[in-house]
Amino acid sequence: MTTIWQEIEKRILVLDGAMGTMLQQYKFTEEDFRGDRFKDFKLPLQGNNDLLSITQPQAIRDIHAKYFEAGADIVETNTFSGTTIAMADYELEDLVYELNYESARIAKEVANEFTVKEPHKPRFVAGSIGPTNRTASLSPDVNRPEFRAITFDELRIAYKQQVEALLDGGVDLLLVETIFDTLNAKAALFAIDEVKEERGVDIPVMVSGTITDASGRTLSGQTVEAFLVSISHIPLLSVGFNCALGADQLQPYLKRLSKETSFFTSAHPNAGLPNTFGEYDQTPEQMQALIKQYLEENLVNIIGGCCGTNPEHIKLIAEAVKDFEPRKKLVVVGS
Amino acid sequence: MISEESQLYPTTNSHQRTTRKYLTLSGLEPLVITPETNFVNVGERTNVTGSRKFLRLIKEEKFDEALEVARDQVEGGAQILDVNMDEGMLDGVEAMTTFLNLIASEPDIARIPIMIDSSKWEIIEAGLKVVQGKSVVNSISLKEGEEEFIRQAKLIKRYGAATIIMAFDENGQADTYQRRIEICKRSYDILVDKVKFPSQDIIFDPNIFPVATGMEEHRKNGIDFFKATQWIRENLPNVNVSGGVSNVSFSFRGNNTVREAMHSAFLYHAIQHGMTMGIVNPTMLEVYDSIPKDLLEHVEDVLLDRRDDATERLLDFAESVKGNKKESEEKILEWRSFDLQDRITHALVKGVDTFIVEDVEEARLASTKPIEVIEGHLMTGMNVVGDLFGSGKMFLPQVVKSARVMKKAVAYLQPFIEAEKDGKQEFAGRILMATVKGDVHDIGKNIVGVVLGCNNYEILDLGVMVPPEKIIETAKKEKVDAIGLSGLITPSLDEMVHLANEMEKQEMSIPLLIGGATTSRAHTAVKIAPKYADVVHVNDASRAVTVVGNLLQKENKIYKEQIRAEYVKFREQFLTRGKRKEYISLEEARKRKLKIDWQDSRITKPKKLGIEVIESLDLKVLEEYIDWSPFFRSWDLHGRYPDILSDEIVGKQATELFADAKVLLKKILDEKLLKAKAVFGLFPANSINGDDIEVTSNKEKFTFLTLRQQLKKREGIANIALADFIAPKESGIQDYLGCFCVTTGFGTDQLARKFEAEHDDYNAIMIKALADRLAEAFAEYLHKEVRIDHWGYAIQENLSNEELIKEDYKGIRPAPGYPACPDHLEKNTIWQLLNVEERIGVKLTESLAMWPAASVSGYYFAHPESRYFGLGKIAEDQLANYATRRNITTEEARKWLNPNLAD
Repeated sequence: MTTIWQEIEKRILVLDGAMGTMLQQYKFTEEDFRGDRFKDFKLPLQGNNDLLSITQPQAIRDIHAKYFEAGADIVETNTFSGTTIAMADYELEDLVYELNYESARIAKEVANEFTVKEPHKPRFVAGSIGPTNRTASLSPDVNRPEFRAITFDELRIAYKQQVEALLDGGVDLLLVETIFDTLNAKAALFAIDEVKEERGVDIPVMVSGTITDASGRTLSGQTVEAFLVSISHIPLLSVGFNCALGADQLQPYLKRLSKETSFFTSAHPNAGLPNTFGEYDQTPEQMQALIKQYLEENLVNIIGGCCGTNPEHIKLIAEAVKDFEPRKKLVVVGS
Repeated sequence: MISEESQLYPTTNSHQRTTRKYLTLSGLEPLVITPETNFVNVGERTNVTGSRKFLRLIKEEKFDEALEVARDQVEGGAQILDVNMDEGMLDGVEAMTTFLNLIASEPDIARIPIMIDSSKWEIIEAGLKVVQGKSVVNSISLKEGEEEFIRQAKLIKRYGAATIIMAFDENGQADTYQRRIEICKRSYDILVDKVKFPSQDIIFDPNIFPVATGMEEHRKNGIDFFKATQWIRENLPNVNVSGGVSNVSFSFRGNNTVREAMHSAFLYHAIQHGMTMGIVNPTMLEVYDSIPKDLLEHVEDVLLDRRDDATERLLDFAESVKGNKKESEEKILEWRSFDLQDRITHALVKGVDTFIVEDVEEARLASTKPIEVIEGHLMTGMNVVGDLFGSGKMFLPQVVKSARVMKKAVAYLQPFIEAEKDGKQEFAGRILMATVKGDVHDIGKNIVGVVLGCNNYEILDLGVMVPPEKIIETAKKEKVDAIGLSGLITPSLDEMVHLANEMEKQEMSIPLLIGGATTSRAHTAVKIAPKYADVVHVNDASRAVTVVGNLLQKENKIYKEQIRAEYVKFREQFLTRGKRKEYISLEEARKRKLKIDWQDSRITKPKKLGIEVIESLDLKVLEEYIDWSPFFRSWDLHGRYPDILSDEIVGKQATELFADAKVLLKKILDEKLLKAKAVFGLFPANSINGDDIEVTSNKEKFTFLTLRQQLKKREGIANIALADFIAPKESGIQDYLGCFCVTTGFGTDQLARKFEAEHDDYNAIMIKALADRLAEAFAEYLHKEVRIDHWGYAIQENLSNEELIKEDYKGIRPAPGYPACPDHLEKNTIWQLLNVEERIGVKLTESLAMWPAASVSGYYFAHPESRYFGLGKIAEDQLANYATRRNITTEEARKWLNPNLAD
């Protein structure tokens, strides 16, 4: 079987686009979110997108298929909030294993269908690991700066559970993404490293941070370079950025990252910045033009989309990458 | 030349980009240690074993002061901060966790990497769990055997840190050259081969021991360290070497002159031998070249073991230099010499609370009321913080820190404020804060909460992901005075709309504040305000205080109205501009016209119908009708008159400008430099064919064409055209319409040219700006005269200028080219009807601009339901219909109405 390590040497790989944006189009109601299984559940479930892998699996399957059709090499599982920490808001902690397992299974099935159809272009599934809704290095209470709403160990345990379920469900790689607090990501990487050792597997890992403010730093205050230094202790398939910014605003940071790292690089920016109504206006053509600049500057090995992108965006990105060579890794020399 | 340049900018011939293995660490910023890097200083004052002061501060939980110690280290040039909590009386795990968490909230300290220093593994691990950057463990060793060493090293790798390895094994600490290199070699091989520990993340500490102790076996402590360092750097690839320098001078405690010279000489030689980093107290370091030659010689004799009697000679010499060096003085901080306001601002911007109480006390003594310190000094500082944050020059943690300083200051002032209120603890109001359902982002909300808290509001924070039911229930139960909603992700916008809708349904009337990164004034005005009127968008924390303050005062009606009016206006403007609108057909829109019950309406017949001319009005009459705010805007000074004159930023400039304007205005008025002329007429009129108004003057008929809103609106909201304000012909009721043109522009150009000739561009612009204001004032004045006298439908009216500006009167005077009737072609009809050019000389250019420019023309509508509105965009069907009515081609119509055509 072809591995992603082989494919990434050959060409620029295309990651899928937004899941949330696609799901919004279904306009699922509270009842749809609940499905039959959770029809009497005590809390409202609308907005729990991860749950749809169980209650509306066909929609998830269709979205994956649309992205593969558009030319994506990798799709992300519908598990951005698949930890006990994020699910606590819905009191669905007990469902975490199943959510991740099912999401991975569905995505892998679709990926296999495409790989069988087009063996020259194997498709991969990345287990999406989101940041959770707590920050390990920022206090939510400004009067108690020493206070933390979540500890490293709590995060590590939650992430480990997610990682195990994703692997059982059949993902080809893991994607720790939308990192706004590096300490959270470090807990995820710690958990992944533990699982790798315990199972004796070497699963490729992608890490993707998020630059959140005008000063060009992560929410937890780190510069691009400090972020890179802080997550490079585990062997990674790639390191990159996603979300928060559009492709054009992201470019300078991506450039800095690409210059410094000896890993492959990835980017999945938003379709521009949201307009005043929270909608993303950047057209596939506009985004393609911006991505071409990445390609011309040789900045990425994996490229996809985040908030506001849809299969049309991915299609044009996939078309664009065909004309370019993948970025060459920075080679570490010396003993 | 060529060779020099290529040295500076080496060109790469191969496509392959390469790098080497360097030790890289990080706090909020990276620290890369390359062969070119100078010696890396590790700050060592935040160590309870090395600093009694720091130990006392930690024991007494004086964390603010303890952080000051850390900040001093960073400001003093430390590139890594060593933190050690190894003290019997302390719970080391807790102390390490707490202090590192506190440092994480201080961006100017957290900037640099942390060295987690402990002899206990559980304390080290506690530290590793709370730092986001790549830190350095200090230290592990083979002391407890290979197994434990491997276990710890694996964990350090997994936590993502570098580590110091002590030259220590099962048999004890290495104290000779041979033992040093043996243990370091063994440690290196285990780490690199078995643990796969990155070699560049290894830092050896080959033990710095005291010299000149008088004991024979300590004679080689210096030279062995140097030699071992050299061996390590030559034989163990990619590693660094570190050490605690102050150990070396242990036997000279109390003699800082010798100690400082010894540290500096030791460092000099250690660096020569390959030591790359070290724990050094920079205040205990003499400049190597400044060490007196004799002292240096004695010190180096000891360090390098150059003489058998080196120790005795140094001890003797030390007696002679003892005590003649003063203790390093408390550093005098430059910013402490600033003005009071600048000190307070500095403290807020930098988040330093060391002096805030004394500064606030000084401010309090200088103020008449303690609350003024908050509203004045502190808010001034917070506004600077807000601006810096807004422009990306500060980032979140710093703002939070600023708020803390603010809080401390307010806490100090609180008792004084309470004393003023007869000792009663009284909150200015109770504010419910929540991040809406489905959203977890609360930092902005917390900042607003803190800042409001600082300003004496009681904050009820419901946290994140709060369902609307809970917000409303709590708001009612707790009788809060306002609700603050926050959200960062985009679906939160809909949640806010939903909550606003619920509040309206439940007939709530408390103010709703909207904040968060994706929220905007536009969204609030367009999407939320129509659901719930008492809503305000607050885009930053420093503004929140003003807004809430205004909203919660008893006399808040005017403020609320202002906001509503602002949002209505904004909404209309926005909707005329925005895209993705839905439009209804003209036919449908006409069905949805504004329906006035004409049978019930009292229509006042003008006292005198027909046309009147004012040949020359005394300009002095107009002075009191001037609306000055647009005058300042024309000079790019934004703000409302008269507040703008005392505005913090533009106030000074505004005041100067205003004084200059007054001088020129007086000259104009005294010397009658401009002429004020007007023509106006009042006519019988009726609306016909839906959107037209037919006017009769001297039995001649004129037709005004009005345009109708076509934007799809909520049920029950009319699609208005100006014709709706005039009774239709078929009602059989005789209605009336007025038209006018005023000018104060004659003379402007001449004056401006005169100023220009005198190279006085300032007054050349000024005269035009003033003429414009006078024309508007004239229109206002004439409208009032018409209402009260000529038409006489508002005889009782008695409004101040402010009320006039706010358009509080009945009836409107819309002008062609403005939002209600953007069609400039209407001016042609006015000109024909009033014979404007002949009567007062105001001309229309081919693009239908008025000359002189300082002129205003328009209609008078008297009906009480008539109001200003924005036409918005119209659709193709209305364009075609209009062209037919106007009797021009659709293409020509398109040219005139282009800005108002829907895409």
